[in-house]
Amino acid sequence: MRRKKTTRSASGPAVATVVVLRLYIADNAPNSLRAIANLEAICKEHLKGNFKLEIIDVLETPLRALADGILVTPSLAKMSPSPAAKIVGNLSDKSSVLHALGISVE
Amino acid sequence: MGGKKNAVPQILPKIATGIPGFDELSHGGLPRYRTSLLKGGPGSGKTVFALQSLVNAVRQRQEPGIFVAFEESTRQIIANAASFDWGLPALIKNKLFFLDAKLSPEVVQSGEFDLAGMLAMLKAKKEEIGAKWIVFDGIDVLLTLLQNPISEMREIYRIRDWLADNEVNAAIITAKIDGGTSEIVNYGFIQFMVDCVIRFERRLEHGVALHRLEITKYRGSDFVAGEFPVSFGPSGMEVGAPESAEIRQLASSERVSAGFERLDTMLGGGLFRGSSTLITGVPGTSKTTLAGKFAEAACRRGERTLFVSFDEAADRIARNLTSVGIHLKTHVKSGVLRMYSSRTETIGAEDHLVRLKTLIREHRPRCMVIDPISAIAKTGGIAAARAVANRFIYLAKDEKITVVVTAINEGDEPETETTDLQISTIADTWIHLSYLIRSGERNRALTIIKSRGTWHSNQVRELVLNDVGPMLADVYTAGGEVLMGTLRWEKEGEEKAKTTQRRAEFDHKRHELQAAEADTRARIKALEQDLERQRLELVTYSSDNEARIVSSSDREKELRRIRSADPAGRAATGIVPSPATRRASDSSGNSGRKNKRIAQDAP
Repeated sequence: MRRKKTTRSASGPAVATVVVLRLYIADNAPNSLRAIANLEAICKEHLKGNFKLEIIDVLETPLRALADGILVTPSLAKMSPSPAAKIVGNLSDKSSVLHALGISVE
Repeated sequence: MGGKKNAVPQILPKIATGIPGFDELSHGGLPRYRTSLLKGGPGSGKTVFALQSLVNAVRQRQEPGIFVAFEESTRQIIANAASFDWGLPALIKNKLFFLDAKLSPEVVQSGEFDLAGMLAMLKAKKEEIGAKWIVFDGIDVLLTLLQNPISEMREIYRIRDWLADNEVNAAIITAKIDGGTSEIVNYGFIQFMVDCVIRFERRLEHGVALHRLEITKYRGSDFVAGEFPVSFGPSGMEVGAPESAEIRQLASSERVSAGFERLDTMLGGGLFRGSSTLITGVPGTSKTTLAGKFAEAACRRGERTLFVSFDEAADRIARNLTSVGIHLKTHVKSGVLRMYSSRTETIGAEDHLVRLKTLIREHRPRCMVIDPISAIAKTGGIAAARAVANRFIYLAKDEKITVVVTAINEGDEPETETTDLQISTIADTWIHLSYLIRSGERNRALTIIKSRGTWHSNQVRELVLNDVGPMLADVYTAGGEVLMGTLRWEKEGEEKAKTTQRRAEFDHKRHELQAAEADTRARIKALEQDLERQRLELVTYSSDNEARIVSSSDREKELRRIRSADPAGRAATGIVPSPATRRASDSSGNSGRKNKRIAQDAP
């Protein structure tokens, strides 16, 4: 699979906390592809590389996704810092994503 | 309906749900390897139907299943099902998989999503546990989150394709679709893509919830059309499938006591074993007493008996019946009698039926009382109540239970059976109790309106209650009116007095006649004595007279001799005195002289 366990990390300023994210997708389903693109744009713009993103293909590891409590795809889970958050959908509504991730927009 | 008549005859494979009644209605259950849709409003029984089918598949055929819950949490569903004796928690451990597919309110939605991931997970789970059944419960909840008809349609297709690829014995989709309206835009398409559609309905009638089920579509198969009652008992859902048209009960010629001897006599020897008896009457006419007497008699014969009372506690009934000499408590203690009471308003008519079935299964009675069956009418729709009342009786008949049911009718005319349950037509025997009010008194009258297959009395009897139990008394008719109570008592007294008087009169007359006879005899005796006396007198008189005659002739002779008037010889020739001689003898003196002269001249 193309995006199997793609992990991207970036080293930003030491003071900034690293946001750990997991995106569950279903192979190349249109909504999944759109979610990846939307999330990458958001991260690039607002997290400035201060994040860790794991993309999980549910079609590849369905039982793991099930264990993680995933229902629909695409789903984005914010693992840390707390509070944890869950967002479903292709992340096209940018402001609700930012709000859910606790990223304040200047 | 739904049958393809031109197709090559092919038996559509089906799989039983194990839900009592439904497999009969659908002629075998749900379509095998196909998808069925359960639609209906909230609380109409869709989830119970789906879950019960799943549970039955595991318990009866060891077929594991998956339950995807979109609307309720798994915990809620398990809690709701705890009232049924399914042993669900044990099944969840290894044979049933519940997917909590309810999106938590904390989940933020941003843009569109799809079910591709979920279906992949379900496929994996299905393969892992070897699931043969799958339920998507409350799919409408998920679809409405899609917010867009095109997406809805796409996901419906996705589910359909998934079901086609992942063959299971049966797939069930439930959706909240109330009376044809739905929040799902494409619900019409869902109906089209499935092979079987079952409509569920819950409606309130007179404050009581009634559940109904109807098969509205069954592709390639015949089914029983129409709406059928659904009830919920300890074992889950049950569908009131129509009774088989054929009546299989065997008629028994064995008689059992209706309670007491005189009533049995009126019924030509008692009730037939396995028959049904209806006792009607306005409140207070002793219907319960009569039914209680029947139950007591059954218990005394050692027959297991079930006494079902509605709206009155069993304990109170037992106590009240004690006052009329009917003792049920000892039989309850010995276990022969089971008394069960229930309020009617709180649950639907069908639920009563399920409970009754359970009671019959547990207690195995030979005789049964339902008092009053008319209370069922309070449980909502009259049509439902009527059907249930009839099924109560048919149920008893199928189990060969001799049943006595009572029914209150508000009026006092048995012909207008105002209970509306119309049980009188199916009951074998119909006893009607009524009041007769006359001369400031209310008395109970018992009539047997009908009793199938047996002679029965056409007489009205007075039902008399006392501390040794009910009795029947003959009634008097006077001037075309029936007399009861005090009037009967008076009439009885009157009759008694009359009899006494008649007897006295008779005695008197007899005495009179005897006296007269004696008198006559006495008179006869007296007359006979008279007669005897007279005869004796006569004899005496005759001999006296003779003697006198003899003596007088002797005297004449003597006289003549003395007078020397006649030769002795001559006087001797005439023994009987001649008048001349007597005259002569009477008159002496001159005439005698003259006679002597004549006599002298004559020769």
